[in-house]
Amino acid sequence: MGILVSNISKSYKEVKALHNISFEVKPKELFGLIGPDGAGKTTLFRILTTLLIANEGKATITGFDVLNNFKDIRKHVGYMPGRFSLYQDLTVEENLKFFATIFGTTIEENYELIEDIYVQIEPFKNRRAGKLSGGMKQKLALCCALIHKPKVLFLDEPTTGVDPVSRKEFWDMLKRLQQKNITILVSTPYMDEAALCDRIALIQNGEILQIDTPENIVKQYSKVIYDVSANNMYQLINSLKAYQHQHSVYPFGEFVHYTDTRSDFNPKELKTYLEEQKLSNISIERTQATIEDSFMEMAK
Amino acid sequence: MKLFIGFVTKEFYHIFRDKRSLFILFGMPIVQILLFGFAITNEINNVDIAILDHSKDATTKEIINKISTSKYFSIKQHIEREADIETVFKKGKVKAVLNFEKDFSKNLIKDYQATVQIISDATDPNTANTISNYVSSILQNYLQEQNKGIKINYVIISQPRMVYNPELKSVYMFVPGVMTIILMLVSAMMTSISITREKELGTMEILLVSPIKPFQVIIGKVFPYIFLSIINAIVIVLLSIFIFKMPVQGSLFLLGVESVLFIISALALGILISTISATQQTAMMISLMGLMLPVILLSGFIFPISSMPVPLQIISNVIPAKWFIIILKGIMLKGVGLQFIWKETLILFGMTFFFIVLSVKKYKIRLE
Repeated sequence: MGILVSNISKSYKEVKALHNISFEVKPKELFGLIGPDGAGKTTLFRILTTLLIANEGKATITGFDVLNNFKDIRKHVGYMPGRFSLYQDLTVEENLKFFATIFGTTIEENYELIEDIYVQIEPFKNRRAGKLSGGMKQKLALCCALIHKPKVLFLDEPTTGVDPVSRKEFWDMLKRLQQKNITILVSTPYMDEAALCDRIALIQNGEILQIDTPENIVKQYSKVIYDVSANNMYQLINSLKAYQHQHSVYPFGEFVHYTDTRSDFNPKELKTYLEEQKLSNISIERTQATIEDSFMEMAK
Repeated sequence: MKLFIGFVTKEFYHIFRDKRSLFILFGMPIVQILLFGFAITNEINNVDIAILDHSKDATTKEIINKISTSKYFSIKQHIEREADIETVFKKGKVKAVLNFEKDFSKNLIKDYQATVQIISDATDPNTANTISNYVSSILQNYLQEQNKGIKINYVIISQPRMVYNPELKSVYMFVPGVMTIILMLVSAMMTSISITREKELGTMEILLVSPIKPFQVIIGKVFPYIFLSIINAIVIVLLSIFIFKMPVQGSLFLLGVESVLFIISALALGILISTISATQQTAMMISLMGLMLPVILLSGFIFPISSMPVPLQIISNVIPAKWFIIILKGIMLKGVGLQFIWKETLILFGMTFFFIVLSVKKYKIRLE
C-alpha cells in the first residue's frame, strides 16, 4: 500500500488551494507532482503529512488515515519541507543525531540507508548547517528525513535553488532509494525533472490536469513543434504571436517553440513572413515535444 | 530518557551558540540588579544646601555645625539676604536653604520657641520631602540633647521604629522586585522565543511529523530554562547579600523552592505565549508588553497595591508576580516560614498548574 488520495479539497478563507484532488501512488513508486509555484503542491504535501486537515476528501498513507491515524503516519514517513528546515546553528552531525534521537533510533542503526549520501557531506560534519552550500543542505535534509528508515518519503521541491550538478546527483539518489523499498512522492517546478519519475501528475491552480507516465504524456501531444530562432528574440516572439496562423508561442531556452493551427503547415511560408518583419538569421526546425510543451498545452 | 537528553542537549546548543540570548540570560540580570541597587534610590547623601543665618549666635552655629557634619548634607554656601534664596535655587546649586530667624537663641530661651525655615526645591518632591524630614530630625535631636536633665511637663515624643528595614534602604525593596522581573523575563520570554523560532524557521514542521509528543517537546524546551533561571536566582541572591549587604532572614531552602515554583509558572506562561504568536518578534512583544509592564507596575514592586484604584487592585490579584514578591519579602526581610506564606504559595501553585494545563492543551499538533 502506497498513498491513496481521493477527492481532497482545501480552501484558505476565500482562496481555493486544492480542488477535488485524487490519485494513487503505488508502493515503491517514484511519483512526481509537477506544477508551477502556487499550484497547491505544498498544501497537498502538508495534508498528506498530517500537518493540515483537508476540508473534504480522504487520504491514506500505507493504509493509515491522515486524520484518524496521524500518529502512525508520523512514525513511518520522512518529510523534507520545501524550505530548508534544519537547525542552522547545529553542525551536520548534531542535526543528524538529533533527528535520529527523536525518531528513537541511532545513526549507526540505519547507516546503510544514508551511507551513499552521507559520505558526501561527512567531510563537513563539524560545520554548522547554516554555513553549507545549497546542494549540501539538501543532502543533509534528505539524510535527516531518511534516518528512521521511513516507508514513504515526501519531498517538497527538494531541488529548488540547487545547482544543476547537485540536482542530477539528487535524482540519482532518489532512484537508488527506490530500490530500497521506499515509496517517494516528490514535487518540482522543473519540467526536466519530471521525466525522471515513474509517473507524474501535472497540477495547476489546485487541480490535476493529467496523471500518466512521462513518456505517455509526451506521446499524447498531438501538435508538431518547431524550434524557431532569429537575431532578435523579443521581436521574434512578438512577430510570431502576431502571426495569424499561430497556435502557441513559448520561449524555450535559446529557441521559441512554435505550433501552427494548420495541419499542412509549411515552414517556408513562416520564414518569409518573419523576413518581412525585418528579422534575420532565421532558422525553423522540427523538434520533439517535452513535458513542458504538454503542460503548457494543457494549462492553456 | 534518551529522547529527553537529546532534546535538552540541542536546546543548550541553541542557547550557548546565540550571543544575544546568552546576554539576556546572564548579562541582564547582573546589570539590572546593579542598576536598581545603585542608581535608583530614595536615600539622600551629601545633598548641597545653603544657609541664611540672620542671628549668627551660638545656637545657630551649633545647629549648622551638626548639620554639616552629618553625611546627608554638605553646606555649599552661606547667603546674606532673603533675595538670594531664589537666585541660588535658580542656579540649581542647592536643593534646600535653611533660613534661621533673627535672635534665634534669644527667642529660644525667652519663649521656648524659635523658628527655622526649611525651603526645599520641590521639583523633585520625594527628595524635597526626605530633606525636610532629615533636617527636622536633626533639629529634634539637638533639642533633646539640650533639654537633657531639664524637666518639661507633658511632652509627647513619638518614636518611630522601622522594622525589617531599619535604615530604610531602598535596595531591600528593589531586590525582590528585580529578582521577580528577571526570572519572569528570562523564563517567559526566552521559552516563548525559543518555541516560536522553531515555527519561524520551519523546524516545527519536522518536529510535528515525527513521533515526538507535545509534552515531550514542552518539557525539553522548558528544562534548560528552569536550570538557567535557578542559576540566575542564585546569582541575584549572592549579589544582594555580598554587594548590598542585604541579609536573607528566612530559610534559603524555602526561598529556593518558592523560586522554582515561580520559574515554572513563568515558563508555562512563555509556552502559552508561543502558542498564540507566529513569529519571534510577536512573542517578544507580547512577553514585554503583556508580562513585563504588569509585573513592574501592578505587582506592588514599585507602587504599593493598597494605594491603587480598586479595579487595578483586583487586576493585580491575577499577576503571579504579586504573590511571588509577597513571598520573597516575607522570606528575605521578615524571615518568616511557610506557615505565614502558605496562602500565597498555594495561589502561585494553582496559577502554575492552570498555565501548564492550558499550554499543553493549546499546543498545536498541526500547523494552524
